[in-house]
Parts: sequence; structure tokens; C-alpha cells
Amino acid sequence: MEGLFSVTWVVPIPPFLAFLAILLFLNKNKRGSALTAIGSALISCVLGWGIAFASFFRDHFGDHPVDEAIYAIPTGATELVIGYAVDPANALMLFMVPFLVLMIFIYSSGYMSFPHHLKAEQYPTAYAQGKDPRYSRFMAYICLFATGMLGLVVANNLLQFFVFWEVMGLCSYLLIGFWYEKASARAAAVKAFITTRIGDALLMIGLILLYVRSEPSTLRFSELFTKTNLDQLAQTLVDLPLFGEVHWISLIGVLIFCGAIGKSAQFPLHIWLPDAMEGPTPVSAMIHAATMVSAGVFLLVRMFPIYEFSGKVSGETLQFVAFIGAFTALFAATIAVAQWDIKRVLAYSTISQLGYMVAAIGMGAYVAALFHLLTHAFFKALLFLGSGSVIHGVEHGYHHAHEHAHDDHGDSHAEYIVPRADGVLDTEDAQDMRNMGGLLSRMPRTGWTFIIGGLALSGFPLFTSGFWSKDEILAFAWDGNHQWVFWTLALSAFLTAFYTMRQIGLTFLGRARTEGASHAPESVASMTTPLILISIFAIAGGWFGIPEAFPVLGGAVPNWIAHFLEPYMKYMHLYPHHPDFNFVPLAVSIVVALGGLAAGYLVYGQGLKEGQTDPVARILGPIWWMWHRKYWIDELYNGTIVLITMWLSRFLALFDREWIIDWVVNGVGRVAIRIGDLTSAFDRFVVDGFVDGVGWISDQAGHIARLLQDGRVQTYLLFGMLILAVWLFLNVLPMILTLV
Amino acid sequence: MESPDSIVLTILLFWPLVSALLVILLGSSDSFIKKLSIWASLLPLALSVYLLFAYDSDMGGMQFEQFAKWIPQLNAGYHLGVDGLSIPLIFLTTLLSTLSLYYSAGVINERVKEYFFLMHLLEFSMIGVFLALDYVLFYVFWEISLVPMYFLIGIWGGENRGYAATKFFIYTLVGSVAMLLAILGVYFATGTFDIVEAAAAQPFAGNLTLASLAFWGFFLGFAFKVPSFPFHTWLPDAHTEAPTAGSVILAGVLLKLGAYGMLRIMLPSFPEASVYWATWIVGLGAIAIVYGAFVCVAQTDLKRLIAYSSVSHMGYVMLGIGAAAAVMTPDALDGAVNRFGLTGEAIQDSAAMALNGAALQMFNHGIITGALFFLVGIIYERAHTRDLARFGGLATRTPHFYGLMLVAAFASLGLPGLAGFWAELFTFRGAFAIMPYWAAFGTIGIVITAVYILYRIIQNVFLGEYDPSKHSHWTTVQGEHADGPTDMVGFEKVTMWPLVAAMFLIGIYPTPLVSYFNQSARELLAFVQNLG
Repeated sequence: MEGLFSVTWVVPIPPFLAFLAILLFLNKNKRGSALTAIGSALISCVLGWGIAFASFFRDHFGDHPVDEAIYAIPTGATELVIGYAVDPANALMLFMVPFLVLMIFIYSSGYMSFPHHLKAEQYPTAYAQGKDPRYSRFMAYICLFATGMLGLVVANNLLQFFVFWEVMGLCSYLLIGFWYEKASARAAAVKAFITTRIGDALLMIGLILLYVRSEPSTLRFSELFTKTNLDQLAQTLVDLPLFGEVHWISLIGVLIFCGAIGKSAQFPLHIWLPDAMEGPTPVSAMIHAATMVSAGVFLLVRMFPIYEFSGKVSGETLQFVAFIGAFTALFAATIAVAQWDIKRVLAYSTISQLGYMVAAIGMGAYVAALFHLLTHAFFKALLFLGSGSVIHGVEHGYHHAHEHAHDDHGDSHAEYIVPRADGVLDTEDAQDMRNMGGLLSRMPRTGWTFIIGGLALSGFPLFTSGFWSKDEILAFAWDGNHQWVFWTLALSAFLTAFYTMRQIGLTFLGRARTEGASHAPESVASMTTPLILISIFAIAGGWFGIPEAFPVLGGAVPNWIAHFLEPYMKYMHLYPHHPDFNFVPLAVSIVVALGGLAAGYLVYGQGLKEGQTDPVARILGPIWWMWHRKYWIDELYNGTIVLITMWLSRFLALFDREWIIDWVVNGVGRVAIRIGDLTSAFDRFVVDGFVDGVGWISDQAGHIARLLQDGRVQTYLLFGMLILAVWLFLNVLPMILTLV
Repeated sequence: MESPDSIVLTILLFWPLVSALLVILLGSSDSFIKKLSIWASLLPLALSVYLLFAYDSDMGGMQFEQFAKWIPQLNAGYHLGVDGLSIPLIFLTTLLSTLSLYYSAGVINERVKEYFFLMHLLEFSMIGVFLALDYVLFYVFWEISLVPMYFLIGIWGGENRGYAATKFFIYTLVGSVAMLLAILGVYFATGTFDIVEAAAAQPFAGNLTLASLAFWGFFLGFAFKVPSFPFHTWLPDAHTEAPTAGSVILAGVLLKLGAYGMLRIMLPSFPEASVYWATWIVGLGAIAIVYGAFVCVAQTDLKRLIAYSSVSHMGYVMLGIGAAAAVMTPDALDGAVNRFGLTGEAIQDSAAMALNGAALQMFNHGIITGALFFLVGIIYERAHTRDLARFGGLATRTPHFYGLMLVAAFASLGLPGLAGFWAELFTFRGAFAIMPYWAAFGTIGIVITAVYILYRIIQNVFLGEYDPSKHSHWTTVQGEHADGPTDMVGFEKVTMWPLVAAMFLIGIYPTPLVSYFNQSARELLAFVQNLG
């Protein structure tokens, strides 16, 4: 067993080697790249699962987590250690991440067919193969992405965590902008990177301050989370401008949280995630479910002792975290109700669910946050992959329809654009749910697995994993008397169930509304098999965390996840807390889930009729429109932050070229010219008197004069000499005088 | 006494001069000159690699030292030596020189003999600056380095080369003269031109006014070279007009001479003045980081953009040096201990990290920006324009070029896993412990850097569909007509791969490189803390 733990550092390596191998050697071989990528993910998965299960079945693992150094970087008299760790928290991630990565890789190998926005004649070979022309590159990128996530999971210190965190940021940039021929994809990629970079910069400040203030100065988790260090951080104060005196631990906690805000797309840095849907769908599943966005929450889980101890001296940090989480959960859920793009609905749903986890952290619900992270990863990956399968099918449907009808596709797109009361509709858009309907009969595997994922997301009682993890968070909110958070989360749970049912209704129920939907084929086995496998976890994943106090079921099935994590919490000086059983949160949880689903079914159960606008849009009017336009946050940012940045950069560039140079320098030159005849004598005086020792200078002066006759350079020369003279006068004279 | 180690530095120093003379004497044909130059440059490269391995880091300090009388009337000696700071920088110099010569062999076809002569002369002067431990020697090499660069820009440069060359020359000359006066001041105060001895004698100790004057004399000399905001305006012009290899050497090595001088001369010689003026250095550094980054965002010329990014990136060096300068005396260290509630050891480690960050940034910026300038040259040879508005869609057309540019650009952005990150991290780690507010201000640059790298460079040059109507005049690298952009050819790849490999290696495993710098940083801190 020890032997297995000692190779934990190997887990991220196979995908990295695959990344290099594909880029360097397999660039032209699409099949070879896919197999290499899948093979590497399989190795990582086997290793990861081996390590995870070894830790699951080991007694008292939480009291003896693994933490080993690989190498160290010298920092003055001390060292910065790079290494790996295995503890219950990341063992659970080692179970979830590589498995989903493997599934997503297999799915991708089928998904990445020739994209419809490219012209076939430009890429004849790829078109003939029916694969994306950059298929291999895609495989390489997702391999690097997997490296990032796995590396982050096994990191034993915050710096290493941050390194891999940023590697994922790079990959998400590359993958979101993968179809960079599309202007929207390019813009989305840049937006994603820069928005998260704002959070990352703050996270880096937090990380550095933690590094500076810890005693001993370290970033290694095992050394950071000692009682002495945490107490010391909680007791020392820092005097900040504007905020006054705050505890170091609170400041550090908030800054690190900013990193999670960026990465986990919490308000106000959530704007990048919906746009990130421009990437190929497997990317959405990777980024928005299994890996990158959960990394933000995993960061909070990793840094949980900081938040716990900050709560002991001041509740403000935790309140802030809980507020952002709960607010985001509701805020994003409202937007999701009014979206048409099948992936955007899921994107906002992800933001909302991440808000749940963040709120859980803010309330101190460590186990519940991690539990929801895991269950959500499975069912949201399922939903994303399912939506990808739907898009794929509808695209094929359109393609099929066009082949049999007229061949004018791509000549003029304008005729497909229909302005509607519920937003502009592109009748050829394979992602717009208004163009779907009735797909359950055409794509049964995709449809039923999607419904399973949807029910899990809605928190359908007892059967689905989402119910158990969400219920745990609600129970915690109720028990901790976080009334405000509780009702906010409950309301967003209702909306979640509602928009999920809306999505299912619009996509799979009723009748096909377009030719694309009526001709959509079921996807290939390499895509549907992962769906079926993941859907097992989307249901069963919840059964490992049934609270003991739950009526009937509680105790019958052991609350395994709590048993596994709690010793580790104690090891980190945290005190696990079990909410007392109460019927109110349970009832609320069941009512909102079933109520939302029922309401959704009432409205959208038969789909929409062709041309029918959204009934909710009609009822809510401007409110719906506000949701549809995402509260105009993008417009707000474009009008303020983006504008100011661009304006400032132009201003400074102008300042640098025009003002400093032409105005100051040339102005001084003009003054010098006014001295008139004196200048040339002055010139000679300076040159001869002081720089004579370096003989070539006068040659240069002649050279310069010959080379340039625009007058500008002469003023330069004068300016230079003038400075020299002033310098001599002011500095050397007194110096020589003192010395003499 | 007569072990090869005793003359290794002399060989390293003079071999490039010998190469330059060989080019003049034996240079019968262009192709022979090119071959001769490339092969000749391998010896200094090999010797610098030898130094990396042969340097005894347990012993530390100056090693491979050489003394000889040089100009007895002036009391100037021939004193050479290397330590943990200079060895990696010498390696950087020889590496970039060899790569530049190799690359130039592929693209320079006019006045070949003069060009390669000047390149060797340039290498000679740069190695000289890093080796010299005597002020006169230092100054001579410092000044010599101006000349070849002046001619490289003035003869092989772009359209506006005369203006740029002159501006470069005059600006740095103003700085040089200030430095010369400071050197004289130090000489009059200590009676020696030996850099190590003079530092040990602590010129103007106790007299802050005079120490400050000398400090500022050196500072001007070095700051013009770095270049520090607001002395940077020569840089964009010089870079934009210089031939590719000139830009590479200019950004890669010449800028480092300034920062090297600060570390080698200013901090150990004037600890009190360093403490007194530290906030200025840090402030100028932090402003340079943010200001340079903002100016980059608005650039339309690819090369000019990268030139401004140098202003921003060299700001990190200043930030690190300034932060360490703030605790150069025992009193200042105590002050920091009281102010921040940290132990003296913790502050010293922070200062060491700030110095490590600065030195790493010097090295990494050399590798990364060197690579970026090569890449700009590679595309310029084909497009004959650097106007960002005329590119687009090159990712599909030139995948190899795109891949390498991505790596270099992201390394420049400070992406973890690549070289640039460690420098940024350690600089900020050191600076946050000592000058937190300026450091916090500097972090704005991290975000803005992402904006200009992604938004200006990658998006404008590479993404989107290739549109032939934007730019019609494409050639191959040999100058033959081409229908569109063509991907990198063999010699360009060979030039780039060592640099890209270095970015990965340092990014993944920075320990060996940091160890050298850490050694000299600790020695410097121990030296100033144990004075008097």
C-alpha cells in the first residue's frame, strides 16, 4: 500500500507525456492521437483509482495522510518544497477526476467530427475522414488539461496547486478558442483567461501573503495547517487603508477566495463561463463539470482551515463567502430560466450549483461542500456530454435535411434569422432549444441519460445523488440558523428544478420543431457509452452520503463519506459538525425539487409548438427579458472596466510617444537652440572637456550629424549635452569640492 | 597555479575578440565568415557551461579569479572573477550570442564581414562587463558595448535606423557619464578601482549626501540601460529599428548589464543609500511594470509591443532589487522586523527571494524576450511588415511558428510551468514582505500583461481566418515570392528550440538555476549585515 501511495506523483504524468507525444510526433495521425490520449487517461485512472481505493480501505487513513517531497527550491536560508500528498479530500478527487477525464476522452474521440463552420474544400483530408482538422491538437490540449487537474489534485502545497491551476487556465483558453475561426470563440477565450486572471492575481497576492505571514514561512499544506500557525495568523492584525485593522487570516482568506470566484465563476467574475460554451462540448464537460470550475471549490476545501480559524476571530470572511455563494446560486438560476442555448442553460446552472458549494464553505459545511462537488461533477458532466450529443444529432439532422433538399447552406445566413418576442432565433442553430423538441424518441440513450442527469441536478428525492448532497447543504444552513442563506438556496433549488424540466421539455418532449430535430440520429457508441457509465454514478453517488439522522434510510446505509473525511478534519484541527435532523429543510428540499419539476412540466411538458414563444416570457415580461439579457452585466463591464483599460492604455501610449518625446525632449531642445551660438561652443566644451578620454565620441558626433538632418536628433544631442552639463554643475562640483 | 582554471576567464573573455579579428583577417567569403563565426562562438558557450558545473557552490564567493596589473598610473587592475550571479548571466550571453550568430547566418547577406565582426565584439564587451571586478575595466567594457550595437542598428536596422541608433547612443551615453563620475567619486573616497575592495571599504559610509550622489550616479548609468521608467524611451525605437539579432542581444543581455550593475556595485557599496532610496527604486519598478503593460496594449507594431513589454518586465527586476535594497543595513532590517512583526531571518529570506526573483527575471527575460524577438524576426522576414492589423489566421497557416510563439508568449505572461513564473513569484514574494503596497500595485501588471499578450499578439496575429487581402506581399525567408505565410524552416527551428526547451526546463525544475542566484543573494545579504 505504501508503495502505491509513493507513486502518486506519477498520476499527472501520463497525460503530459501524451500531450508532448501528440504535439511532437502524432500531429498528423488522428487515430493514434486519440488512442494515445485515451491510453494515458486510462493509466492515470487506474493509478488514481488504485490510490483512492487504497486510502478508502485503509484504517485511520485520515489520521495519517501522505505528504512527500520531490524536490525543493532554495529561498534564502529556507526551501520551497514541491511534492505530493494523499489525504481523504484529494483521494475522493482522485476517484472522480481521472474517471471523468477518461470518459470525456473517449467521448471526445467520437465527438470531434468535422465542424460545420469550416469549409470542406479548405480541409479535404480532414473532411474525408469526417474529423476536425485539428483533431490531434484537441487531443493534446485535453491531455494537458488533464495534467493540470490531476497535478492540482495531488499537490502538497498551495504554490504547486496554483501552478497547475494556471496550466488549466491556459488549456481552457486554448480549448474555448479551439475553433478560433469563429470570432465569438476567440473573444470568449480571451475573456475567460483575462477574467479568471483577475481572480488569479488576487489569489497570488493571498498566496504570497500567506507565505510571508506563516511561521515557518511555507506553503505546504501540512505545515500551514498546524494549530500554532493558524492561531498565529488569526491573532495578528494588519492595518489596511480603507478597511482599518483586520486579521491576517481574514485578509488572506478573502484574497484566496477571490481566486475561487474567478475560477468557479462566482459573481461578479462569472461572465466568462457562459461564453466559454464556444468551445467544443467535451471541453465544456471538462471545464464546467469535472475539473476546472470545481478546482475553485476544491481550493476552498483545501484552504478550509483558514476559513474555519478566521471564523473564530471574526465572522466577516465566512459571511462574505456565504453571501457570494448564495447570491450567485440564485442570480445564475434566474438567468438560466431565460436562456435558449442548451449549453448556456447548463453553464448558468453550473454557476448556480458552484454557488451552492461556495455557500456551504461559507457556512462551515466542509463535508457537504466536497460531497456536492463530487456528485455535481458526475451529473453535470453527464448533462454536458448529453447536450453535446444532442447538438451533434441536431447538426447531423440539419445536414441530412440540406443534402436532401436544396444546397444553399452557407450562402446567406440572414434568411434563417428570426426576431422573436423571446429573443432572436437562428433557425439553423443546433444549440438553440427552440429548434429541438421530441428528441427522446430519436435519441433514446442520450435522452434518458440526460433525464437522469437532469433529475439529479434538480435534486429528485431519494434516488438521485443531487438530492442527498443538496439536502445536506440545506440542512446545514437550517441547523446553523443561516436563515437568509437557506431561503435563498431553497428558492434557487426551485428554479433549478424548473429550468431543468424546461430544458428536458423543450429538447426531448413534444414534437420536433425543425428539420434538424426531426432528422437527428442517435450518436455513436463512443459517445453514448460514457453517458451510460456516468449516469450510474449520477444516481448512486449520493448513496454514500446519507446522513445517519435521516428517517428510515439513515444508519441503514452508512454515511461513508462523512466517516472517511471526519478523522482528517480532526487531524487538521477542525471540528466536524452534524446538523440535527429537522423536517423543515427536508420538506423544503423535497417540495422545491418536486414543485419545480412539476411547474416546469406544466409549462413545457409538451414542448413548444412551432413558432410559439416562451409562456414564461409572456407572463414575466421585462423581468424575463432582464434574465434573458443576463442583467446586462456584460454591457456594464464593457462600458466601464474594459473601456477604461483601453482608454488608459491609449492615453499612456500617446503620452509615451508624443508627450515625453516630442514635447518634453524636443521642447528642451528648442530652449537649447535659443541659446544660439553658444550651443556649438558648449557642445565642444562638453565633449572635449569631459569625454575626450573616450576618443571615438567625437567621431560619433560627426557621424550623427551626417546621418540625420531632420533637426530632431540634433535637439536630442543638445538635450543630452544639456543634461550632462546640469549634472556636472549640480553634482560633481560639490563632490570635488568636498574631496578637495 | 597553472591549472587551466586559472586562465579560463581570460580565454572566455578574449576568445570573442580573437574571433572578431579572425573574421577580419580570414574572412574571405561570406559563407566562410558565417561558419567561422558560429564555430568560434561555441568555445565561449562551452566555457560558460563548464563554469556552471565547475563553480563550487559549497565554497561560494568569487571564483576563478584573475589579478594582474593593468594601468599602474591609474591604479587600475585586471581583475576578473565570477560568482553565482554572474555565471548564469554569462551562460545567457554566450547562448544568445551563439544563437544570434547562427540565426544571422541565415538572414544577413549584406556587409557580412562587418556584421559578424561587430557581433563578436559585442559578445566580448558583454562578457567583459560580467567578468570585470575592476571599475576601469568594467567601464571600458560597458562603453565598448555601445559601439557595436550602435552600428548594428545604424547599418542593418529598419527605415528609421539612424534616429534610433543615435537616440540609443546618446541616452546610454548620458547614463555612462553619470556612472563615470560616480566611479571617480568612489576612487577618490577609497583609493582603489577594485570593485570588491571598494565595496569592502564602504565609500562615503556615514555621509548620506555623498553616498547618495554616488548612488544616483551609478543609478542613472544603470537605469538608462535597464531601462527604468522614465528613462526608457530610447528602447522602443532602438528595438523596433534594430536587426533581429541586435534586438535579441539588446533585450537579452544588454538590458541586464544595468540590473547586474545594481546588484554587483550599488547594493554592496552603498547600503545606507540603498536603504534610503529603496522606495524610489521599488516605485519606479512597480510603475514600470504597470505603465509598460498598459502602453503595450495600445501598440500596433508587433516589435514595438515586445519592446515595451521589456520595459514592463524589467520593472520586476527593479522591484526585486529595490525591495532587497530596503533592508541592506542592520538598522533597516530591525526597522522592518518591528514594522511587520516578522523575524529577522524571515525578512532576510524575503530579501533573498526578492534578489533571486530579480536575478531570475534577468535570466528568464533574456531567454523569453530573446525568443520573442527571434520570432518577430522570423515573421518579418516573410511579411516585411510588423503591423498587427495586417496579420491574422496564421495559426492554421504556420502551426510550428504558432506553437513556439504560444510558448514564448505565455512564458512572458508568467504562466506557471514556464520559466517566467518563478521570477514573478519570487519577486513578488520578496517585495510583498518588504514593500507591500508597491508590490500590490505591481500586480495590476499581471492582469494587463495577459491583455496584451492574448488580445494584441495571439488574437491579432494567429487567430481567425487567414485573409489574403490584409497583406499581399509575402515572401519565403529566402526572399522569394510566396502566396502567403510560410512556416518556419530548419535553421529557424534550430535557433528557437533551445530557448523553448529552456523555458520548459526552468519552468518545471527551477532549482539548479535558483541555487546559483540564491548563493550570491545570501552572500550579499551576509556581507551588508556584517559590515562594521
